This record gives sequence, structure tokens and C-alpha cells, in this order.
Amino acid sequence: MPSMNMVQALNSALDVMLARDPNVLTFGQDIGYFGGVFRVTDGLQKKHGKNRCFDTPICELGIVGVGIGMAVNGLRPVLEIQFADYIYPAYDQLVSEAARIRYRSVGDYIAPITVRSPYGGGIFGGETHSQSPEALFTHVAGLMTVIPSTPYDAKGLLISAIESNDPVMFFEPKRIYNGPFDGHHERPAVPWSQHPASEVPEGYYTVPLGKAAKVREGEAVTLLCYGTMVHVARAAVEESGIDGEILDLRTLVPLDLEAVVESVKKTGRCVIVHEATETSGYGGELVALVQKHCFYHLEAPIERVCGYDTPYPHGFEWEYFIGPARVVAAMRRVLEI
Amino acid sequence: MRNTVKLSLHFPDAPARPGDKPDFSYLQIPEAGRVRRPDPTTPAADMRELAYDLIRVLDAEHRAVGPWDPHLAPETLRRALKFMMTDRIFEDRMFRAQRQGKTSFFLRGLGEEAIAIAHAMALENSDMCFTSYRQQGLLIARGCPIVNMMNQAYGNAADKQHGVQMPLHYSYPEYGYFAMSGNLATQVSQAVGWAMASAYRGDDKIAVAFIGEGATAEGDFHAGILFASVYRAPVIISISNNQWAISTFQTVAGGEQTTFAARGVGVGLPALRVDGNDFLASYAAVQWAAERARANLGATVIEFVTYRGHAHSSSDDPARYRPADDFAAWPLGDPVVRLKQHLIGLGEWSDEQHEAFEAQATEEIRAQQVQAESIGTLTAGKHPDPATLFENVFEELDWRHALQRRELEG
Repeated sequence: MPSMNMVQALNSALDVMLARDPNVLTFGQDIGYFGGVFRVTDGLQKKHGKNRCFDTPICELGIVGVGIGMAVNGLRPVLEIQFADYIYPAYDQLVSEAARIRYRSVGDYIAPITVRSPYGGGIFGGETHSQSPEALFTHVAGLMTVIPSTPYDAKGLLISAIESNDPVMFFEPKRIYNGPFDGHHERPAVPWSQHPASEVPEGYYTVPLGKAAKVREGEAVTLLCYGTMVHVARAAVEESGIDGEILDLRTLVPLDLEAVVESVKKTGRCVIVHEATETSGYGGELVALVQKHCFYHLEAPIERVCGYDTPYPHGFEWEYFIGPARVVAAMRRVLEI
Repeated sequence: MRNTVKLSLHFPDAPARPGDKPDFSYLQIPEAGRVRRPDPTTPAADMRELAYDLIRVLDAEHRAVGPWDPHLAPETLRRALKFMMTDRIFEDRMFRAQRQGKTSFFLRGLGEEAIAIAHAMALENSDMCFTSYRQQGLLIARGCPIVNMMNQAYGNAADKQHGVQMPLHYSYPEYGYFAMSGNLATQVSQAVGWAMASAYRGDDKIAVAFIGEGATAEGDFHAGILFASVYRAPVIISISNNQWAISTFQTVAGGEQTTFAARGVGVGLPALRVDGNDFLASYAAVQWAAERARANLGATVIEFVTYRGHAHSSSDDPARYRPADDFAAWPLGDPVVRLKQHLIGLGEWSDEQHEAFEAQATEEIRAQQVQAESIGTLTAGKHPDPATLFENVFEELDWRHALQRRELEG
């Protein structure tokens, strides 16, 4: 089985789906001739033609609005928004349109678009290339939100997203495009080839939406995380020796509530880790669900380890970015009670 | 260099407000028949002046003149007139039903009926229309039973949208009518995308985006026309310039220094500016743009100059911001009267026939209203099961909806 990094795995998913379904096409800024600023669409225009993979004006609301219109007319567009930080001009099209077309038409029309967008910090991207806006979408009825943490999942989840008859926000943790970053910026970068989840089949397969993955079995505390933070959480567990159980949520909407509840009921403790700013972040939703469904099993208050409630500060990348130390400290807090 | 005057801002306003005499002196109205009709294959750059002119076919005596006369058969013209009249009667009755408390909201397209009917008749039913508020006539002309439209407004048990959507936010694939959004301008890039999908597949269908002049200020409009131009999407962007966006006059939307059709010129699209109260000119313009789109030459922007004869909606009172007799003084007249007089001039219609049809249509619509109300209005009668409100958020119910539905059902 070939070893792929996340960029190659995403490219492979698009390649497979373009070959498999004539209704699939992809477009966005710089993704055609050039292959995308992160190379996710490298070679796809040459192989599948301009009709299937093309460049657009710098106009996110146009990319999404046009994609919705195509989807209504039977296509399955995969839209790239170059950075999640640039998605806001398209917010109305996503929130008021893509999310509601099935509802308002009672199924007369559907908008099965997939919106791919690199998100998250750890790349010295400052306030406009580092944000994690997933909660702005998980809050919206009618949108699915997916975030992979490995090349294998990235490909399988992207194929599922493209095949879904509902609109899917697909956020790609750009810090781990090329390797599984654990937050130790001072150490040499690790390539995906040393990680078992970089073994990615060349052909078609899916990873189902709405299913979390148990990354590590443990008894002491449940760590709920996604994206780059899965790798940070793993480092925190390994370095602290705390027997943490790590759940990679993979899909935030629909959430795999069953997996969350089963794990927290077992460990009685819960730490939530995400890069996004804390206030009104997705972690708040997880806290509410865990207390509702696991209240009598909880041994300690639920902890959140989140981005500080500030814009992303360029010069303080490693003060701001969550490393294993903050996760370990949170685990200790819930264990010491 | 020093300023020669103190800097200040310009605030456009309406030429007349309540208590003033209506003033439409800003509108330049050329003689009917004077504007040239280039072949639809003409490059956009060779006909830019059309964006600043006003295509008119019906002259002051209601005769059809000039190169834009579509030469429609009298029977077609009679159908158009009947659709416009039916639309007007329907909207009037439903507006009154709102006043009687039978529904939450309604609005009329009084004075703008020719535009939607012209599209319905110049296009195929399979050409997809992404509408805004004042195109209810499209559904009527494409054969939608009026009782179904009433059921939708009442959200009763027979409403095919299960009561989830506000009145007149219809959804009708079978009549080429996209599920209308109440958000302004979002439909423009969607119509362009729909048309791009048609071209992507090598299909023969085209799309139309309807938008008011006020909403052309939204980014979606500009994104839509840009994508339409870049990819030569087979789409018509139809701007209904009815002078008013609720209380805001078209000058505030940018209509003072240029035309709304000219927005198309900026992105290299052909653009027509048309007398929207002239059914023949409106039909001819849509037909021209459709011919161009079907020849794979891409999109056209059309500005229909018209007047919003009624309130913005049932929630609005125009007496607070414009002269009461504004519509009566509108120099482009009433589209129904103009088409009626044209047909009478041709010897193909009469005042008696007009009155007889009006009485007949009124009676038919009244009967359908009785039928709809026998099922229910928004406040009385039979309604969809509330448990259905959780359906169609996603293709399948997720656990949240299952739990919340249980809570709703007690």
C-alpha cells in the first residue's frame, strides 16, 4: 500500500471521485493549472480537463454560490476556499442557502456541495491564515462539519463528503498536511511516512461521516479532540504517562455522541482540546452534552484546552498554539480532584 | 495642491416625497421603436450603448413599432394579457387575505406583471428561474394551479412545503421555479451555477436570475455577473428596476450616475435596458438574450425599468415615504392597460371582453380561495403535523432531531 501524506491522500480522493463520477468537479482559487497553493489539486486539471478542475476569480461568495447552483442542477462540486480565514464572504451562501435549500424546498432541491478549506495554526500564518472557524458552521442547522487527522481518514472522509447528499464543510488541518505535528515545534518535523495512518489505498474507499475513532484506549481520562490536536493529545498522554483515552471526533456534525458518552462513562473524566478560541467554541457544546449524558459518571469538572480568546498573534505562535504541556496540565487538574 | 472647496458628501434622495407632486423628470424616455436591435450574436463591445438606452415597442398610441417588435400572434398576446390580469387579481385577493389575518405576509407585483409573464412566455418551462419577490406570475403562466399557491401562503395541510416557508417563497421544479430565498441576491450566483452545470453537461437549458435594482448592491450580484461573464454561462440576469427598495429610492442603490444595465458592461456582458411596462419590449429582450444563451454566447444583463405600484409588502406603508399618486403618474404607464389597448387597436380585444375576462378570472380565483380555505389558513383549519418540521434538515434525521422531535411531541 502506498504511503501518502495528507495532501497526497486528499489529491487521491479527488482523483478517484473525478474518475468515478462525471458529476464531480472541483474549482477554486489557484487550483486549476497551478494545482492549489497547498498542492491538493496538483495534476488534476491536466488529467481530468478544465471542465472538471478550474480556476476561479478571487471571490469566495461566488465560488460557493455558483457551487450551490451547480449542485441544485445535479452536480457534486468540491469547492476549495484557499484558507478557512477567507470563508466569511461566503458565509451567507453557506448559512442561509446551502444549509437550507433542502429544508425550504422540502427536498425538491438539494445542495450536495463539499467545501474544502485548510484551517488551523502552527504555520506562522498570523490572524488571517491560522483560524479555526468550525463552530461558526457547527452552529448552523443543515451543514455537516468534518475534520480529519490522518491521511487515511482524510481520503476516506472526503470521498464520503463528496458522496453525501447534504452540504459538508471539510476543514483540513494544514499544519499536518505533511506530517503528524505533536506541538513540539522545537523538534525536527516528522514525515507522514513514519505514521501507520499514512498507508492509504490507491483506489476507492470511504470512512463514514458521523463516526469517531478511538485513537488510544485508556482508563484515566477521556480526551475529545480533532485535527492537529489529536496528535498533540497523543503526545500529552505518552509524555505524561497518564492513561488517557483519545477520541478523534472526525465529524463534528453529526457528532458520534454514542462514542463520546461510552468513553466518558468509562473514565469518569473529560478533557476537550481544540485550537479554536474557547468562548462559544465547539468544546462548549461537548461540555453540555457530556454533562447531560454522563453527569452521574463524572468524577471531576470537565476541562477545556482551547485557543486563547484573542486574534491569532503572529509573533507568539508557540505561546498561542496548544502544545502537549497545556493538555497534560488539564489532565492533571481533572485527575487531582 | 490645496482643496478649492471644503469636502462634503452627496446623499441621493427621491425626487418626490409625501405631499410633493410626483416627479419623474429624471427618466429619459426615448420614442418607441428608435433603439436598434443588433443580431444576438453581436460582440458585447459593439453594443454597449444599449445599456444606457431604453428599448420600447409600444408607442403612445399603443402600436407596436420598430426592430424589437417580436411580432407575436394575437392569440399569444391575449394569453399574455390574461396571465397578467390573473396574476394581478390573485395577488390582490391574497394581499387582502393577509389583511384579514389569514396569513402572516404577502406582497404584490402591481405594475410589474409584464416582466415575469414575458419570461414565462419567451422561455421554456424547463429553463430554471431563480426568482426574487415579484415573479409570482411566472408560476401562473407556467400552469401552476393557483389553489396550490394559496395553500402555500396559508401553510395549510395541502401546502407542498409543509408549512416551513413564508408565503410566496415557492418551490416548484415542475415549473422551473427554484426554492426562493428571502435573502437578497443570493440567487444570482446560484442561477449562474445552475446554468454552468447545464453547459458542463452539454445540456440545452438556460437559467434566469431575477433581482431588484436595490439588491444589485449586494456582493452576490457582482460575483454572479462576473462568473457569468468569465465562464460564458447560459443565463439571463434580469434586474427589475421598480424604483424603490422598501423606502430607499433607486438613486441610493447607485442609479443616479449610471444605469443598472450598465453593471453588465463593467464585466463585459451584453446589457439591455428595457421598458418593463411594455410587454412586447420585455418579451423581445428576453427572447434576444435566450437566443444568445442558446447559441452558447453566454449571459445577458437586462434592466427592466418599471414601477412598484404597491407597498413593498404587507408590512410596509409607502404613504410614509412617497407621494400617494406616484404610480398613477408613472410615465411608462400600466403594463396591463398598455397591452389591452394594443390588442384593442389590433381589433383583437375589446373593453367588453376585458371586463368579461376580469369577472371570470375573479370568480375562478375566488372559488380556489374558498377551496384553499376549506383546508385551512395560517390561523385556522388543518395544518401539517408539526413533527414534520424536523424533516429535510438533512437527508436523514440525526439523533438530535430524533430527541427534539420526542420533546415536541411530549
